[in-house]
Order: sequence, then structure tokens, then C-alpha cells
Amino acid sequence: MNIVVCIKQVPDAAEVKINPETGTLIREGVPSIINPYDMHAIEAAVQIKEKTSGKVTAITMGPPQAETALRDAISLGVDEAILLTDKAFAGSDTLATSYTLSKTIEKLSPDIIICGKQAIDGDTAQVGPEVAEFLNIPHVAYVRKIEDIGEKSIRVQRLMEEGYDVVESTLPVLLTVVKELNEPRLPSLKGKMAAKKAEIKKWTAADIGADEKDVGLKGSPTQVKNIFAPEPKKDRQMLEGTPEEQTDALIKKLMELKCL
Amino acid sequence: MDYFLTEEQVMIRDLARQIAEEKIVPQREELDEKEEFPWDIMKVLAQSDMFGLFIPEEYGGLGKGCLELAIAVEELSRACLGVSTTYAANALGTYPLLLYGSEEQKKKYLPDIAAGKKLVAFGLTEANAGSDAAGIQTTAKLEGNEYVLNGTKQWITNGGEAEIYTIIAMTDKSKGARGASAFIVEKGTPGFSFGKKEKKMGIRASTTRELIFENCRIPKENIIGREGMGFIVAMKTLDNSRVGVGAQGVGVAQGAFDEAVKFARQRVQFGHPIISFQAIQHMLADMATQIEAARALVYSVARYIDSGAKDISKASAMAKLFATDMAMKVTVDAVQVMGGSGYMREYPVEKMMRDAKILQIYEGTNQIQRNVIGQALIKEAAKKK
Repeated sequence: MNIVVCIKQVPDAAEVKINPETGTLIREGVPSIINPYDMHAIEAAVQIKEKTSGKVTAITMGPPQAETALRDAISLGVDEAILLTDKAFAGSDTLATSYTLSKTIEKLSPDIIICGKQAIDGDTAQVGPEVAEFLNIPHVAYVRKIEDIGEKSIRVQRLMEEGYDVVESTLPVLLTVVKELNEPRLPSLKGKMAAKKAEIKKWTAADIGADEKDVGLKGSPTQVKNIFAPEPKKDRQMLEGTPEEQTDALIKKLMELKCL
Repeated sequence: MDYFLTEEQVMIRDLARQIAEEKIVPQREELDEKEEFPWDIMKVLAQSDMFGLFIPEEYGGLGKGCLELAIAVEELSRACLGVSTTYAANALGTYPLLLYGSEEQKKKYLPDIAAGKKLVAFGLTEANAGSDAAGIQTTAKLEGNEYVLNGTKQWITNGGEAEIYTIIAMTDKSKGARGASAFIVEKGTPGFSFGKKEKKMGIRASTTRELIFENCRIPKENIIGREGMGFIVAMKTLDNSRVGVGAQGVGVAQGAFDEAVKFARQRVQFGHPIISFQAIQHMLADMATQIEAARALVYSVARYIDSGAKDISKASAMAKLFATDMAMKVTVDAVQVMGGSGYMREYPVEKMMRDAKILQIYEGTNQIQRNVIGQALIKEAAKKK
């Protein structure tokens, strides 16, 4: 199986703070990690490779420092890595990102493409399915289990709000995965040594044959007007006492406010 | 302190620390309570190539030395000495093969050991042969193309869990220590069984069992080295592994010290965090100094062994002796700094104190280490004349 994993480097959410004046993320000094859902995508890809043999290629679009995320992916068992880095890619929304990733994937002609269900910074969950649309291949989102992989088809479980669906698809297919799928492994020493030496390919818009008007800010219909942290609601009151006393106080309050 | 570790040594330390913090710390209390063998942690160590650290590259390992192994053992010990004992005893059992195994034996066994597919145990101690290794009563008699083993080994770490056993047995009792030989015995060999699992004061995640040999027949080619070399195999094995026990001491002491500092900063008495009191500061200062001195000694001896030095008995005995006596003292003091809290199982230091005690006992008691050092001193003094 030839597998491509799409990953994203994100700020470590546990360490992120918001600038109260501008409402934007303070990125300085915040460690970068591989998007946690993408860790499950990498694990899934490496497990498939270990079972069926083949190759796993990780791709990411980002600034030059995103190379560290790709090296981390290699330490976890990924074979090759491509960094899509070009000033023309700056300011991409999900549509431009998906276009750029799909142009790259076309060159790699994989059997399976795996993405995390969403990135923890943007939280859109759009890029995976959009890539599949650009490539004109089927996709299954929120995969929680891979039941079977055949020569030309795959059967997976898709997590739903209540229970799950069993979905069968032809290959090539794009999967987005949830954390229930597996437990990502820790890196291995051999992997870490390989990661240190590995050559990370750097591809530009020209290398993937992307149309300049479809990438970066130019290719992005989404315009960010304002980012702000919502005001915490201040007029709240905690009710205390036994459950009976609290219920009485609540009813009294609701009647005062003419809600009852 | 900066020990000028190489980039690879730092990588090994960081990965071992990550495994310790993410996989061992959350489980250690339960493993201790239930006296449960840490199979899932062994799988993580295997997947991370930790079992291949000290095994040559041609057998699937990473070809590193004593220092790298000591660094990994130290980090694991910081989290749980029971887990690190399981890991370090595997290295102990492997040394006879590494040091004296034939090419065929190495090819047959080392790749699986390096991959963490098979655990190893070392069988020397018996009911009447502990410090006095020459008192071994287990026998191995050559009959045709097979050796027939009879006897019982006691307190064998990884006993029952390991697949491969390196065993010291007497091939010629009349020769005393020179009549001992080393053998490889695989789990499942007819006549080879296990006794009860021992209940211990500490390192309770580690398994300790008897090995029972009743007319256990093994192929002749399972002898390590030649007949009569068993005692040398055992002593050289211990010379190499003792520095690892020293690293365990450094690790468990560091773990206990970290807990004591964290506690002393939070605990308020007389209106101040107790770390602001000189009585506490002086204890912590002594603990930190002793840990650093032990670490410096352990790393130096490990580097000395890795340099290919021949006579390492004295140095490795010193590293084991100093670092493990230090570990006992520092873990006791960590409990003292934390007072009543330190004595409670809610905090990890009482376990660390219970665990640390074994380090002064196994792989040669610290009294035996002093004998080893003393004998080396006599030899050195005699040479000078």
C-alpha cells in the first residue's frame, strides 16, 4: 500500500495564551507539535504499512520550521516527507490548502490518504474532505476502526453521534480519523536517528504545478475580519444549599424574572 | 550539571524520560500495589528500540555501550525501580551471551533480544550460594550430546516471564569455582519449571521466581564458552552490569529528590513554605550533592568500561557501592522532608524508599562490593613493590 498522511504543525494547545488586547494567539515561545489528531493518522498509516508493506509519505504545508513536524513523523515510522513551502502559499484558507495538498497528492498517486479529523488550531475539519473532492475520490470522515483492507477496497467504521456506520469504499480513498482509532506509539531510537539524517523534500507551487491564483491568499475566499475572545458572562449567580433549597431558590428566581 | 553527552546520548535520555513520564509514572502505583509484571511497558520499550541499545548492530541492535544503557536505566529508575529492574535484569542475562557467546549463539538469540521479542534472565543465586558464588549446587552433567541439569536457582529476576535463561551450574564439583560452567536454557525445555513468585518489600512490578531443573536436557552446544569458565562468565557479567545498578541508584534518588523539592515548596508551616527553612534546605543540599557525585562516578565508570578497559572490577564495584548507598540515604531523607505525607502511599517516595533497599543487596551486596574493592587494592599495592 502506498499511503500519504497529511499533517499540520500546530501550537501546543496546553501552552497557548491569548493576547487580551488584540484577541489573537500569542505564538512566541509556544512549542509546536504535530496536530494531535494527525498523530492518530500517522499511527494508522504506519500500522497499515507494517501489515501490508509499502510506503508512508507525510506531507505538510507550512513555513520552513514545519520541517521539525515532518522529522518527528519520520521518528514514528514514516518513510518519506515533503514540505510544501512557498511564499505564494501564505494566507491559505481551507480551500486553498486543500487545493495545494491535492496537487501534491496527485503526484504521489497513493492508495490511501489519511488525515486527522481536524486541526486543533483551526478546528474546521474541512481540509480532509475537500482534498478528496479536489482529487475526485471517495472519502470517509471520522474513522474509528479500519476493519479490512483489500486489493481494491477498504471497510471502516465511521463514528456517529450514536453508534457507528460500517462503510465500504473503493481505493483510492481518503480517510479522516478520530482518536478512538488507535494509540499513537512513542518514537523509536532507530526512527529518531533516521529522522535526524532524513532528507526532507521541499516543494514549491511550481513543483506541484499549482495555479498561482488558486493558492495562498489569492486562492482563499475566506476573509478573517476579526479574531476575539468572547467576553465572559458576568451576571451569574451560584445557588447553594441542599438540592431542595437550591431548587426552591431557582424557582423563586425564575418567577422574579418572569420566566415562569 | 552538563556531562557533555553526545547528541545521540541526549536523544536516548529524552526518549527514555518520555517513556518514563508518559507510560510508567501513571502506572507505577498500581503495578506496586498489584505486584503486576509490566508487560505493556515492556512492549513500549521494545517498540522504542530500548532493548537493542547495547547489542551490536550486526545483531539488530544499536551498538551502544554501558554509558547509553546507564542513561536509559537512570531515566526509567527515576519513575519506577520495579520497571527498571525488569529492564536492567534483561541486560544482566544478556551479558554472558554478549561477552562469551559463540557466533552461532549470538546469531540465534541476540536479534530477538534486541527487538524485545524475548526477555532474558540470569540464574546464579541459590539457597546456599549468594555472596559465595562458589557454593553453587546445581549440576550439569554431559551425557552424549546433551547436558543434564539438576538443581534449583533462587530469587531470579524475570523468572517465569523471560524466554531465555543464562544459568551457572557445576560441571565438575571437585574443582570448586573452576568447575562451574554457563549455559543457555530456553523456557519450555522439558524438566525446566518455575517455583512460586516471591512477595517482596519493594520493586514489586519486577517478578522474582525459583528456577527448578529436574533432569533438564539441553543440547551440548548451549554451553557458553567452555567447561570451567562459568565463574569467569558470571564475574565479568557482574563487572559490566554493576554500573547499571549504580545508574538505578542515581535514578531512584533523583526521582525521590524531585518529589521532596516539589513538596517542600508547597507545604506551608509557621506561615512559610518549608523549603525556606534552613533545616530543610540543608537536607536538600546534601541530597542534591550526593546525587550529583554518584552520577559523575557512574558516568565516568561507564565511559571507562566503554573505552575497552580490561580490569573494571574495582571501578564498577565503586560505582555500585557509592550510588546505591547514596540512593538509600536520599530516599530515606526524601520521606523525612515530606514528613507524614512522605510515609503515606498517596505520595511516591515511600515506594521509592522500599524499592531502593534492594540496590544495596542484589548483584552483590555492598559488603561484597567492598571486598572486591579491597582485594583490588591489595593487588595494586603488591604490584607497586
